[in-house]
Amino acid sequence: MSTVYRLVWLGILFVFSTLLFFPARASAQESPYIVAYDHYLEEPGNLEIEYFSTFGTQRSGNDFHAFWAEFEYGATAWWTTEFYLAGQSTFNDSTVFTGFRWENRIRPLKREHFVNPVLYVEYENKNGADKILKEGEGHDVEADFLTPNAVARKEHIHEMELKLILSSTFKGWNFTENTLAAKNLSNSPWEFGYALGASRPLALKASAKRCTFCPQNFVGGVEMYGGLGDRHHFGLHDTSHYVAPVLDWNMPSGWTLRISPGFGLNDNSHRFLLRWGVSREISRFGQMVSKLLGGRR
Amino acid sequence: MKRNVARLHLMVVLVGVSLVSSINGQQNNKTNDEQGAKRSSVYDELAKAPDKARTKRNPLEKDLEAVAAGRNLFEQHCAECHGDAAQGGKKGPSLRAAEVQNAEAGAIFWVLTNGVVRKGMPVWSKLPEPQRWQLVSFIKSLGVGPAKEEPGLPARLQSTGSPSRLR
Repeated sequence: MSTVYRLVWLGILFVFSTLLFFPARASAQESPYIVAYDHYLEEPGNLEIEYFSTFGTQRSGNDFHAFWAEFEYGATAWWTTEFYLAGQSTFNDSTVFTGFRWENRIRPLKREHFVNPVLYVEYENKNGADKILKEGEGHDVEADFLTPNAVARKEHIHEMELKLILSSTFKGWNFTENTLAAKNLSNSPWEFGYALGASRPLALKASAKRCTFCPQNFVGGVEMYGGLGDRHHFGLHDTSHYVAPVLDWNMPSGWTLRISPGFGLNDNSHRFLLRWGVSREISRFGQMVSKLLGGRR
Repeated sequence: MKRNVARLHLMVVLVGVSLVSSINGQQNNKTNDEQGAKRSSVYDELAKAPDKARTKRNPLEKDLEAVAAGRNLFEQHCAECHGDAAQGGKKGPSLRAAEVQNAEAGAIFWVLTNGVVRKGMPVWSKLPEPQRWQLVSFIKSLGVGPAKEEPGLPARLQSTGSPSRLR
């Protein structure tokens, strides 16, 4: 096991053992999606710390394990901002840090509607070894991941990603559709992609008892995502697509676990992706920071 | 391209600074009067509920477990802002106020569903409809006035003043 990999795991262990000491108060019911987004934003003043992991198979090459940490903060009830750190480990190759992302989601309408739009703007500063597959875009295909880390990491990518999220909730079901447009800030064309999702809690009524395994604490669903080519070659030609059942477990202690096995839908896609994640919400994080910065109590 | 990247980095820094100042400002600049005005404007949202929403009856009003389930939901999702005993906190107004307790169940349900996004209350339509009605049942069971001691209940959930009728 490489030193970087060991350090990453130690870091994750440290962050989550620190979180154990924060007061246990559950907050939001988290969305089960890993790629798609619904229209629900982080509660204002709360910070959610998340760790995600993706194991992917690779034909004609080495399987990989990509991982990322997300720090999601509810700046207001209509604006959520999120910072990502990502890395990956390719078996029989090496472990590398692959970059950071800064994402913002803004809810333009003040009330709930049948379809609720959210605007998404993200800046990505990553290298060519990035394998987190957080979105399907352009003509990204499985063969792109064959490049050895030592070579791939030399490519620096600065990218802007825009999404229009359209999400509805009806009779306990959530349906969401995300349209993506991404632009590498070097001289590359706009690339496009999509993500779709549907999910529902296993029970709609809450139990009168406080319980960990009650069905209302579980949300199940499915998501599908992939690329739609670029400005010059728009469409499904030379694109990859995935379908993935998703399940999340919102524990009353404030922890959330997610798991999602993903399956490639064509020969350009990885055959299998196994994703899982763990997250914890820190309530009143904004107040804590405010006190540190000298705000009035 | 380098110029574009430099501009982006500058933008990142500027928005970061504005975020930090918004965190600080959220707490720093509010006088008690401003907070009071904000609270009353949050109560005003109840009056904005359309008639169709206002006249909706609570389908769980006869459900004996609805208040207990609503109490659990309140503890998980609402107490953080509205206070452990719904007495109001720094971020959310008291739910024991007459404005809330005298409001129709349908109006409270409407505010829960739509939030008061511009004033800091998120939408709660992510909770399925029956859970929102369970929350309404719990809120209406609190009654007007300060929390009284109830034997057998944790201090943070001591509830009813004068119970108001479920609508």
